[in-house]
Amino acid sequence: MPVLVLVVLGILNVVLPHALNPYIFQVLILVGINIILAVSLNLVNGFTGQFSIGHAGFMAAGAYGSAMFSLTLGQPAVAALIAAHVPEVLAQGALLLVALLLGGLIAALFGWLVGLPSLRLRGDYLAIVTLGFGEIIRVLILNIEPIGGARGLPGIPRYANFFWVFLGVVTVVAVSRNLAHSTHGRALFAIRDDEIAAEALGVDTTQYKVTAFVIGAFFAGVAGGLFAHYLCYLNPSTFTFLKSIEVIAMVVLGGMGSISGAVLAAVILTLMPEVLRGLKDYRMVIYALMLIVLMITRPQGLLGTRELSWSALFRRRTAAGGRA
Amino acid sequence: MSEFLQQLVNGVTWGSVYALIALGYTMVYGILRLINFAHGDIYMLGAFIGLYTSRFLHAGSAPSPVKAVIVLLTSMVVSALIGVVIERFAYKPVRKSPRLSALITAIGVSLLLENGGVLVFGADPKFFPQLIPSHNIALGLGVTISNQQLIVLVVSLVLMLLLRLLVLHTRVGKAMQAVSHNHMAASLMGISVDRIITFTFMIGSALAAAAGVLVALQSPKIEPYMGIMPGLKAFVAAVLGGIGNIPGAVVGGLVMGVAEVLVTGYVSPTYRDAIAFVLLIVILLVRPAGIFGKAVSEKV
Repeated sequence: MPVLVLVVLGILNVVLPHALNPYIFQVLILVGINIILAVSLNLVNGFTGQFSIGHAGFMAAGAYGSAMFSLTLGQPAVAALIAAHVPEVLAQGALLLVALLLGGLIAALFGWLVGLPSLRLRGDYLAIVTLGFGEIIRVLILNIEPIGGARGLPGIPRYANFFWVFLGVVTVVAVSRNLAHSTHGRALFAIRDDEIAAEALGVDTTQYKVTAFVIGAFFAGVAGGLFAHYLCYLNPSTFTFLKSIEVIAMVVLGGMGSISGAVLAAVILTLMPEVLRGLKDYRMVIYALMLIVLMITRPQGLLGTRELSWSALFRRRTAAGGRA
Repeated sequence: MSEFLQQLVNGVTWGSVYALIALGYTMVYGILRLINFAHGDIYMLGAFIGLYTSRFLHAGSAPSPVKAVIVLLTSMVVSALIGVVIERFAYKPVRKSPRLSALITAIGVSLLLENGGVLVFGADPKFFPQLIPSHNIALGLGVTISNQQLIVLVVSLVLMLLLRLLVLHTRVGKAMQAVSHNHMAASLMGISVDRIITFTFMIGSALAAAAGVLVALQSPKIEPYMGIMPGLKAFVAAVLGGIGNIPGAVVGGLVMGVAEVLVTGYVSPTYRDAIAFVLLIVILLVRPAGIFGKAVSEKV
């Protein structure tokens, strides 16, 4: 199965850039990055019921961390590997992998820092602390001159491509899915449904909440790294509070806790502004109206807590509320 | 020393604007447990309605205090109506939905107001006419205050006192308190919960609009996105004071304003946007429910 995925992604990676026009291809890459963000936030907001609105901050930490790695150590290393007759694709891929892991780890460290206050704070207070962390990260980046400050960080090597972005998508979906089916995932659901009951049953709620934050932040960092290595330019104004809001909207619209819902909503909410692009100034107004109407008509999100699955497409579900 | 006092004066003035906006957040939260993200945009609308009213009155070319008062009141009344419309059409349908859905709806409304504002008012900044010619008043010890700052302080103080009177000493205020404690019990006592919620949105929106006009009075550039940051910080101020708590919102707003002005003055203006959140995290780590918030123990 994993080999099959790699092969399919590898083939698509070669075929798609030729088959699609560059604009559509770029939108496809952004869809992939947004899926990673939405599915990773779903781990925190959807699975664990913790209300985090600082995802853009983690993304920024990962993006800048991995970009700085590539700019300082990565590029010479790639050059050295190519000089040693390693194929360019492999050399770039290996370095990108290291950069992404590093970006993910930096973001995870921040996730751990944000997760700590969640020991004491609940609900909206936690939400506002995560929002605060996101903004603090952004303001710090704005003020650090060596990483470009307000001017942004140009010249990041373009190591990411379709293969890496969608490998990221497959990984985050697989991790979420396996987590949902594991003991740990059940513990997270228990915390979401009733924290006190979960604690009474011996779930170490603190430990699990922090873990969810760390995993969610890690993948946000990876998404940031991919973003940096695809667009080759970073600017702090990308990672504002509005970016976090965009990701939250994906999670809520998809249905809290539904992985396939998050994927679906990420696709819809990334495509919608692009499809509406011809409408110019009316675009964001329509986007906003659609968001409101969708929330009024389907407050539980598109899929609720259910998952799309192959079998469900062919037969009606028997056990209501069961997870696919 | 005199510089510090001067900063303090500026901080308190700026803080009272935050406090006015924070009051709306905290009241709506107290009653609906909803973070009304669109509240900062009502503040923006307030400034724009003020702009159009003063153009209509030709208040820029022939300023007079009476016109300034009319501008302020018109803006408050119209914004209150807009607040009611938003509540009726966007928030009421999601009142029974999960809280996050309601929050996304509020974010949708916020985006709608901002981008609708770009469509209607245009994206470029507009200049707010000078309703009251500015001059400085010396307070002694080298501290000065402009008459506009004084107006901001006095108007916000009056509005806050009126609000206090309303909430503590009138029937509708007591009904608001009752609804914020328990919707069900309040409606069993014959209080129309719907009406109280509408009323809360009216008051909150009027206060935000007043803040918008007061800010436009001193820094006369207004644009459709001007509400985002002040809105966010006012919300932080409300949380700082203990969300749902009216005196808390005022204190939170003042703390926020003073902290921001001091950081701008003594550290660096670029860190201004971060200080709000650093302050927030520090205070919440010490007092998880905010300065005046009561720690609610969860019932099983």
